[in-house]
Amino acid sequence: MLQFVQLVLNGSSIGCIYALVALGFVLIYKATEVVNFAQGELMMFGAFFAYTLITLFGFSYWIGAAGAILGMMAFGYLLDRVVLRPVLGQPAFAMIMLTIGIGYVSRSVAGLVPGWGTAAYAIDTPFSAEGLPLLTTAETSLVISEQNLSIIGATVLFCAVLFAFFRYTRIGVAMQATSQNQLAAYYMGIPVKSVFSLIWAISAGVAAAAGVLLAPITLIDTNMGFIGLKAFPAAVLGGFGSIPGAIVGGLTIGIIESLAGFYLPQGFKDIAAYIVLLAVLVLRPEGLFGQATRKKV
Amino acid sequence: MTEPILRVSNIETYYGPIMAIRGISLHIDPGKIVTVLGANGAGKTTLLKTISGAMDPQKGTVEFEGREIQKQDPDRVMRAGISHVPEGREVFPFLTVHENLMMGAFTRRDREGIQRDLELVLGYFPVLEARSKQQAGQLSGGEQQMLAIGRALMSHPRLVLLDEPSLGLSPILVNDIFGIIERINREQGTTILLVEQNAHMALSIADYGYVLEVGRVVMEDTAERLRDKEDIKEFYLGMKDAGSRGKRRWKRVKTWR
Repeated sequence: MLQFVQLVLNGSSIGCIYALVALGFVLIYKATEVVNFAQGELMMFGAFFAYTLITLFGFSYWIGAAGAILGMMAFGYLLDRVVLRPVLGQPAFAMIMLTIGIGYVSRSVAGLVPGWGTAAYAIDTPFSAEGLPLLTTAETSLVISEQNLSIIGATVLFCAVLFAFFRYTRIGVAMQATSQNQLAAYYMGIPVKSVFSLIWAISAGVAAAAGVLLAPITLIDTNMGFIGLKAFPAAVLGGFGSIPGAIVGGLTIGIIESLAGFYLPQGFKDIAAYIVLLAVLVLRPEGLFGQATRKKV
Repeated sequence: MTEPILRVSNIETYYGPIMAIRGISLHIDPGKIVTVLGANGAGKTTLLKTISGAMDPQKGTVEFEGREIQKQDPDRVMRAGISHVPEGREVFPFLTVHENLMMGAFTRRDREGIQRDLELVLGYFPVLEARSKQQAGQLSGGEQQMLAIGRALMSHPRLVLLDEPSLGLSPILVNDIFGIIERINREQGTTILLVEQNAHMALSIADYGYVLEVGRVVMEDTAERLRDKEDIKEFYLGMKDAGSRGKRRWKRVKTWR
């Protein structure tokens, strides 16, 4: 039993990373109806930003993490402003192909930047990888490392901040309004195009946070963005377009992977997420938290 | 003679290759209710969208209070003082009624002014106060229409574009809503451009009217005189003289054809 709880605990921390990346997918999709396939690459850039600030320039972990998040927010804003806005109004697949292209280019560019390259890097964090005992019985004990704790704690914190932002600030409510009815938002005087850029900024910031948190576990390399392939089913599982859904979806996928890796034969760990996704889509096609809108006439 | 608050000159608007508006000119005097009548596909909604900036005209100008506003983004037009109540209400379904109304005041900073207008709107539509905490998507069609109009008033506009407020509402509700539109115009001095299929209701509250057919203005006059015209009576109000049936020619042609 304790072992099961331990696996769930381990799964939740990687699940939090999936959740943060999935959150980025959902934020952009909800507001702009574009699926940003470069979300994982934004995370990779965030991690490299942090690596540059912490390891190369010697700043402290906290300054490096904050700098990476703020830097990526600026990057996300400019990415939308410069690359995506000119394509606005074109068919959705054009936008989606563009984000796939951005993903490819990002991986190559990251390999070319002096000091980054294609090797794997680590950053120093104040969190140890050693397990803290939570509960000890005669034969075994339940442990959690500071690293995992930092991931779970930071995810909770980011979600709380985002929730408060969307719920209580004027611009946050305006973002919700934009995602619910773009034309009506325009008629209210909401500058929809700038709102899109802000959404990209937030999304990139969340991705950067995921990258910084993930760095001590998997190391930083140009291909770490492929975690997007796990976060994407997490977003679909939650009902693409639902923020709580993205978080629950991410956690679910993380926990299932962790359990499958232990109880099932080798190889199931990597496909378990997709099996669950298919099952959910068959039984509940709108996802776990999908919102069905009906228009009244 | 006062300067018109809105002057539309020779606009032409396309949906891709399809010309929806073929050179429309109209003007609205401040403080008046002006109605635009026409059948489906006459270009009424396109006209409003062109004024509010949701669509760009290929040719022609739209002047609001003397300044050209055509081809600007809708948020800029709105900031200039034009509020658009779109066809089919288009409320924000997952925001509460209160949040919807506050979105109408998104461009404003003056707290007291917003509060005053909120009370004003709730005075006109008391049902919105009772539903204030409910999600807008759960309201009935009539309540959503009231919310859409109330939301547009929250910006304290000088001109309101109303696109078919009667769409899908019961006759009693249509009566109520038109009564309130008339009161808003009279009590607040808000100029209103009203697009309607319900010619009877529209002409009963309007000062001036335009009739649109396939993208052109085919007739314009005071509402009073439009009500009395034979063509309008027959084609838009559905009225016929008693006993005229026998003498009526099938496929009678409108006088402007």
